[in-house]
Amino acid sequence: MRVYAQRVGVLSGGLLFPALSMADWGVNMTPGVTGTSNDIFNLHMTIFWICVAIGVVVFGVMFWSIIAHRKSQGAKPANFHENTMVEVLWTLIPLVILVIMAIPATATLVDMYDTTESDIDIKVTGYQWRWQYEYINDDFGYFSSLTTPADQINNRQAKGENYLLEVDKPMVVPVGKKIRFLLTANDVIHSWWVPDFGFKKDAIPGFINEAWTRVDKPGIYRGQCAELCGKDHGFMPVVVKAVPEEEYNTWVAEQKEAAEKERQLTEKDWTMEELMERGETTYATNCVACHQADGSGAPPAFPALKGSAIATGDMAAHIDVVVNGVSGTAMQAFGSQLSEADLAAIITYERNAWGNNVGDMVTPKEIFDYKNEQ
Amino acid sequence: MADYQSYYVPEQSKWPIIATVGLGVTLYGAASIMVNSTQGASTSSAWFVFWAGILIMIYMLFGWFGSVIKESRSGLYSPQMDRSFRWGMSWFIFSEVMFFGAFFGALFYARVFAVPWLGGEGDRGSSNMLWEGFQATWPLINNPDPEAFPAPESVIGAWGLPLVNTILLVTSSFTVTIAHHALKADKRTKAKIWLGATILLALVFLFFQAEEYMHAYQELNLTLESGIYGSTFFMLTGFHGFHVMLGTLMLIIMLIRIQKGHFTADNHFGFEATSWYWHFVDVVWLGLFIFVYVI
Amino acid sequence: MSAVAGTHAQDQHHGPARGFSRWLLTTNHKDIGSMYLIFSFTMFLLGGTMAMVIRAELFQPGLQIVQPEFFNQMTTMHGLIMVFGAVMPAFVGLANWMIPLMIGAPDMALPRMNNWSFWLLPCAFLILVSTLFMEGGAPNFGWTFYAPLSTTYGPPSTTFFVFAIHIMGVSSIMGAINVIATVLNMRAPGMTLMKMPMFVWTWLITAFLLIAVMPVLAGVVTMVLMDINFGTSFFNAAGGGDPVLFQHVFWFFGHPEVYIMILPAFGAISQIIPAFSRKRLFGYSSMVYATGAIAMLSFLVWAHHMFTVGVPVAGQLFFMYATLLIAVPTGVKVFNWVATMFRGALSFETPMLFAVAFVILFSIGGFSGVMLAIAPADFQYHDTYFVVAHFHYVLVPGAIFGIFASAYFWLPKWTGHMYDETLGKTHFWLSFIGMNLAFFPMHFLGLAGMPRRIPDYALQFADFNMVSSIGAFMFGATQLLFVLIVVKCVKGGEKAPAKPWDGAEGLEWTLPSPAPYHTFSTPPEVK
Ligand code: HEA
Ligand code: HEA
Ligand code: HEC
Ligand code: CUA
Ligand SMILES: [Cu+2]
Repeated sequence: MRVYAQRVGVLSGGLLFPALSMADWGVNMTPGVTGTSNDIFNLHMTIFWICVAIGVVVFGVMFWSIIAHRKSQGAKPANFHENTMVEVLWTLIPLVILVIMAIPATATLVDMYDTTESDIDIKVTGYQWRWQYEYINDDFGYFSSLTTPADQINNRQAKGENYLLEVDKPMVVPVGKKIRFLLTANDVIHSWWVPDFGFKKDAIPGFINEAWTRVDKPGIYRGQCAELCGKDHGFMPVVVKAVPEEEYNTWVAEQKEAAEKERQLTEKDWTMEELMERGETTYATNCVACHQADGSGAPPAFPALKGSAIATGDMAAHIDVVVNGVSGTAMQAFGSQLSEADLAAIITYERNAWGNNVGDMVTPKEIFDYKNEQ
Repeated sequence: MADYQSYYVPEQSKWPIIATVGLGVTLYGAASIMVNSTQGASTSSAWFVFWAGILIMIYMLFGWFGSVIKESRSGLYSPQMDRSFRWGMSWFIFSEVMFFGAFFGALFYARVFAVPWLGGEGDRGSSNMLWEGFQATWPLINNPDPEAFPAPESVIGAWGLPLVNTILLVTSSFTVTIAHHALKADKRTKAKIWLGATILLALVFLFFQAEEYMHAYQELNLTLESGIYGSTFFMLTGFHGFHVMLGTLMLIIMLIRIQKGHFTADNHFGFEATSWYWHFVDVVWLGLFIFVYVI
Repeated sequence: MSAVAGTHAQDQHHGPARGFSRWLLTTNHKDIGSMYLIFSFTMFLLGGTMAMVIRAELFQPGLQIVQPEFFNQMTTMHGLIMVFGAVMPAFVGLANWMIPLMIGAPDMALPRMNNWSFWLLPCAFLILVSTLFMEGGAPNFGWTFYAPLSTTYGPPSTTFFVFAIHIMGVSSIMGAINVIATVLNMRAPGMTLMKMPMFVWTWLITAFLLIAVMPVLAGVVTMVLMDINFGTSFFNAAGGGDPVLFQHVFWFFGHPEVYIMILPAFGAISQIIPAFSRKRLFGYSSMVYATGAIAMLSFLVWAHHMFTVGVPVAGQLFFMYATLLIAVPTGVKVFNWVATMFRGALSFETPMLFAVAFVILFSIGGFSGVMLAIAPADFQYHDTYFVVAHFHYVLVPGAIFGIFASAYFWLPKWTGHMYDETLGKTHFWLSFIGMNLAFFPMHFLGLAGMPRRIPDYALQFADFNMVSSIGAFMFGATQLLFVLIVVKCVKGGEKAPAKPWDGAEGLEWTLPSPAPYHTFSTPPEVK
């Protein structure tokens, strides 16, 4: 008897626990900062409570039988074995309950699909394993990659506050505007998700999915890629900074300026040292995920660049691999992702780091010409 | 079930385990061939494994069916056993229907959803941004990325060889039925003639099919690699052709068995199963003719 | 009775052949059933060991024992092995053992094919597991092998994986054909369809599902194979295909597949609860119709796994409604079980403990399923640990507890001995606690935003992951106890009577325990 009483206690405790301790304990969904996310939160709670109620009734009857109708206490079995009336009832009642659930769900869904009349369009492209954000109305864009150091991941250093949820350049959006996302991917399927916005949408290579959001509150919101996309799927966070509109506008202006500066870098005359220096940092943000910081790669999936025939051989072939990628493999075409200066820097770096010591270099201008010839 | 008769439970049999080894070895070999050739390694030992598996399979097929035939002819089977075979064969054919269903589904999806979306229509029409200049048509004679997937120059029209093939297969369904009725009436010569005619029709079908493939590959640049049209076209017609081949083999074996004096007017399940299979292959072709060629 | 056939079978075969060839060449449904069960349990241990690797890596944030590549291989192989190696074969094993006994048949309808269905499985898993040792490693794209991660970006071993799936498919389809032929054709005189035990009914319907969807799985892996090796573009937009096409075809198989993994358990539970309630199953015919309804609906809900891929809104709504509908027939089953217990005379031997836990915990899994079915809410739940919690609640205390309950229920019939009741109860309670400790916190993790299939996670998820890992270790270690219980029971123990459970009903209990090697050579009469 006591065992069963305890079980009832544990069970109902278990069922109530998530609700009672809601947001504070990190056991429940949070309401988020958009209209949609609030709707979803309410849907979630409503359905949760309906399920709890059904559970209490059904398991209640069951526990009643378990306690009261035991053979060891001399219970004699009844011999009814059907009853059309109750059977019809317990088919209809759940049906009605489900209809009640479906109505608000339908409303929320239809609203979420309405991507018309947006104020800002951002194209989001998933790459193995980082995100590219292009502000298509303003003609600039950039990559956003994980910044958590490998030492933290490999437990050689204490983990920071935003462990695995921090990036070099977050997406920046203004509050109170309807932002339309055009989601796609370059290689495999990724999924762009910020829990506080209440939507998650897959980024599918070759197709564009649309979604929208309107953030009510300024702040930094963090999420993660939510579709298995290979080795570093767990290491491609999403960080969005929502700022007041004026701040957003200044930011856009700065970005445009920076993009212009970047273009000018192509014209500049570069020395080997400058290229090597720039190359090291750019390599670290773009290439280490696969080829490792020491160029050792992870063969056979990801070849080593240290001592590689391509990285120490003919310059044209080397440029070709980096600019055009190797189709059908994880090696992407970086030509469209990086500026000429970065490409030149990385290639020069690869040819001269880790004992490769080829000794030659390529200038951003040469890369620019190479790209144009194609 | 008043007509109950004792059910024949065969004794131990070595054929299933041989079949397992055969299938496993064949497929292991096939996979090794594919993997080695993409990696540029030698495939000769893989081919050896593959053929070894095929030989085991052939040995097994002869042995297994041989013993079933022997048991059946020595009167071990009861009408109830016969029903088991019938259920078995019907559900097997149903599973084949579902297998083709998957490919028909792919064709349907590509035509109705994927290609129009890529061309800029419908719910995911903004995808066209990624494929500048791509226009949705069906048959698809330009691909979103023509460099990776060069499109076919044109596709095969319905009213030439495919129509002829349709007539051939439909006719063969009738001839096999005539043969069946003849067998039921114990008119063996008639059965043989009509079964022979069926086989002939089947062989001509296969010949034309091969002809058509050659035409597609050599003149139209319509290949497995020419985008979703080529992919669905060859998968559907290819798997169908493969089934016709199997069916033809089965028909030939039936002819041999009739020749050898197997079957009686009321006990010839082997023949019946083959003709069911043949009708199934025929119906799939009609689906193909309509959805792949005509529409 | 036809004299020739009858004497042939009876005179020459009193008992099994000796040695290893007994198992290799057998056509006996009991031998084959035992082999299926042993194979499945081996796979459960193997898949479970992989789960232990997963849980050990997730014990703390940071990368400790495995690298991400290997972690993904573990996740993939764990899912594949548990689904295709542990749960499905266990049910086929139970079907082999029990269906002929329950319907009064001498054996399965096609005994040689039966043997083939079984032996194909070790063959398939040999190939699948061997990929772990291949260059580039085992499949690492999840058990759902979404393209193009599995096609263009898959490891070389993907081709072997495809063929392994083909072989499993052949095995399952033939096993299912055998079950259908047996049930439709081999019932004892008087055993009409509506008199069949529920376990037989659920298996009949499961077999139909298997034959309908395994070929579709074969179709989709074939397309994967073609995309990898023969240049087709089914799942490549550059050639006019669509990665999402993969998901449609896969889930058309995948959703019915999850019912394949639960319906036979429903059937077994419907045998066990009446037996220990000493009262007839409530609402037999509504049980049958509900099972049929679940099976039919299961073909119409596949895109609920794809709410986030961008299905047009009308489709989204259709799939949401259809999915919600499945709760109705499933509810009917749950209510019937409860009504069977209501005013019975209950006792709680191990099978009943597992059965009761099944009803409760499966329902909890079902409730989270209903939450997932709400499309807008699924945008938050999808691909998080909330989903992992959902499906482990329906699979572990659902499918696996169903199998344990069946095993304890029928062990006396199989071995002729009673199992050790104290150990059985211990096994139950430790499993019950371990399992809840392992999987309940996953709900919290998912709602707090932890994605699935990641080897490392942000700090706010640390506490619950640790709890979950401890529960998983406990649940895992407990399963070794089951090995002990079964071995003890096979070796000896109290002799079991023909009908060890006083409330049990059915033909299988009219036979002596252990059931003789050949049974029902002459069919019993059912009134
Ligand atoms: C045995 C296996 C099994 C079973 C039985 C179920 C049953 C159900 N499942 Fe589950 N499911 C899986 C195995 C299973 N599932 C797996 C493996 C996955 C993940 C696959 C992957 O991505 O890897 C998954 C994923 C999954 C998803 C996708 C989630 C996502 O990826 O975002 C969804 C969404 O709708 C879903 C819904 C349901 C529903 C509605 C049921 C219903 O059938 C449940 C019905 C039962 C009840 C509701 C409880 C009892 C009923 C009552 C007491 C009556 C009254 C109740 C009400 C009126 C609410 N499941
Ligand atoms: C029937 C199916 C089934 C079963 C029974 C289980 C059982 C278990 N599962 Fe699994 N699981 C799936 C089906 C199943 N799972 C599927 C389909 C997926 C999705 C895969 C994907 O994403 O592609 C998944 C994914 C999955 C994940 C998510 C992985 C990820 O997203 O990265 C996790 C994480 O904790 C997990 C854990 C467990 C645990 C701890 C058990 C335990 O119940 C296992 C217990 C059993 C044992 C441990 C074995 C017995 C004991 C021994 C061999 C002794 C040695 C052990 C010790 C001494 C401790 N499973
Ligand atoms: C997502 C993984 C990934 C990233 C990121 C990546 N590469 Fe690669 N790289 C590959 C793969 C896979 C190959 C092998 C391609 C093949 O099969 O030929 C490769 C090959 C190469 C080669 C040819 C080496 C050889 O010997 O074959 C060079 C050079 C190279 N990459 C440079 C780079 C540079 C520079 C960057 C960053 C700007 C980079 N890679 C980023 C995956 C990656
Ligand atoms: Cu990108 Cu997961
Ligand atoms: Cu589902």
